[in-house]
Amino acid sequence: MNIVEKILAKASGEKRVEPGQIIDARVDRAMMHDLTGPRVIDSFREIGVEKVWDPDKIVVIFDHDVPPSTIKAAELQKKVRSFVREQGIKHFYDIGRGGVCHVVMLEKGHVKPGELIVGADSHTVTYGALGAFATGIGATDMAAVLATGSIWLRVPEAMKFDVRGSLPDHVYAKDLILHIIGMIGADGATYKAMVFAGEAIEKIGIDGRATICNMSIEAGAKAGIIEPDEKTIQYVRERTNEQFTPLKSDPDADFEKTYEIDASRLEPQIAIPPRVDNVKPVSELGDVEIDQGFIGTCTNGRLDDLRAAAEILRGRKVREGVRLVIIPGSQEVYRKALEEGLIRIFVEAGAIVGGPGCGPCIGISRGVLADDEICISAANRNFVGRMGSPKSKVYLASPATVAASAITGRITDPREVVEG
Amino acid sequence: MKIRGKAIIYGDDIDTDIIIPGRYLVLQDPKELAKHAMEGIDPSFPEKARDGAIIIAGKNFGCGSSREEAPVALKHANTKCVIAKSFARIFYRNAINIGLPILEADLEGSVSEGDELEIDVVEGVIENKTRGLKIEAKPLPPLALEIIKAGGLTKYVRKKLGLE
Repeated sequence: MNIVEKILAKASGEKRVEPGQIIDARVDRAMMHDLTGPRVIDSFREIGVEKVWDPDKIVVIFDHDVPPSTIKAAELQKKVRSFVREQGIKHFYDIGRGGVCHVVMLEKGHVKPGELIVGADSHTVTYGALGAFATGIGATDMAAVLATGSIWLRVPEAMKFDVRGSLPDHVYAKDLILHIIGMIGADGATYKAMVFAGEAIEKIGIDGRATICNMSIEAGAKAGIIEPDEKTIQYVRERTNEQFTPLKSDPDADFEKTYEIDASRLEPQIAIPPRVDNVKPVSELGDVEIDQGFIGTCTNGRLDDLRAAAEILRGRKVREGVRLVIIPGSQEVYRKALEEGLIRIFVEAGAIVGGPGCGPCIGISRGVLADDEICISAANRNFVGRMGSPKSKVYLASPATVAASAITGRITDPREVVEG
Repeated sequence: MKIRGKAIIYGDDIDTDIIIPGRYLVLQDPKELAKHAMEGIDPSFPEKARDGAIIIAGKNFGCGSSREEAPVALKHANTKCVIAKSFARIFYRNAINIGLPILEADLEGSVSEGDELEIDVVEGVIENKTRGLKIEAKPLPPLALEIIKAGGLTKYVRKKLGLE
């Protein structure tokens, strides 16, 4: 069996599972946030169970509209807070305590190798970075999980991405995953699992692995996953004392298809709106002037991302007429960025730095776009109206490419800025 | 379980930000959400769907976010069924869970905008009344049918837990 089948066999108490099989699986951890939580609570009440199946296995994190920008949002957060108290959920990260849910889940030790995790958010796939099978579900599915602790799942076929070589300087995990999505398309992995492997993946740290797994949903994947190695075990051990069983693919495991990619030949990539799979090397893009840059989110709001941006911005200025919004992914990332002097670099460059949260990524607050404005973003989606006006445009790139573009005022290969 | 409505046709990769933009997610009331259904691509959709719509789309319908508000907005805008070449998986589950019927079929060339359709969701048969055509859809998985027959996932779980 491959890693996906092994985790799902364990979760469903079966000896073996096969792609296409429908299983009833026990959930190790369930996550919801301020925006999906209210609907989960309504559906949970409809089911009519008094208590959640296990309050210690539930994590609630506020991130989508923090601090709340409207009275309505504040009311919804109040409703979720009251549910958390009522149900005795102790893993609750209120405003100022956590940050972006998918950043917090990893750094606070809520994800362990070999686990089955569900989240009421599509980017739950991020947790595959630590060798867990993690998938996003809707509110009613989550309500059923809260009531029963289990979920029906179809065992997905697994696609393997064997990435050789190593990423060149100023080319990042984000460029790799954008390249892969461009290669297989926005529905290239629908209902399937994407397994990332190979020496290039082994060299990438946990932050970069999170970026790769995070965006597997943009190819339609049910999960993105990387086998746990020494880096994974060390990362998890530093964050939790709980037991876990790392699972890996058997040497003769079957994959539906294997793709081979040479990371060494990769250039900085860009996803052109309104499609995440319309991907080109930045060098082939032509001249695109920008109004805003944005660095942050569950995709690229981690410490390594801020370090990459700071390397470009150090001693340079955001161009007149361009605004750069930087939002650290969590309180922990924020604190470390302060200690390392990254925040100072950002402020001196003329960027605005916001408190941890999703920021403008979902077009609710803190940097939404006007008609005809163009943003280059280190987030994950460039759909029509994603960050505000349906007439605005969002290009996706790595934090380094966003930082370089904010300096020049047009979409720019970071190597052009660094190497002059 | 027969459903009738007029065909409204969209293309490939209709994402959840098109179906219901993020800024409306604080509107929890399904009727309020319905007013903004498909706003990203077709602000006239709620008006067009008033008397019962059947959305016909290409591949990867509902890609993007896990927001259940997407099928909720469509359902309450009087969408009777969504038929697409393929669906993104979270949308697929959400639609079944909240009781919005969906079917997978390739209807390119066999349905035009405004055609009168009659659908048997359980049998997976689509009848184009305007053209006198019958098309078979991919059958829904047995578990999905059970959930639909129970009236959605919350009722299905209530039954399973012996609460009904």
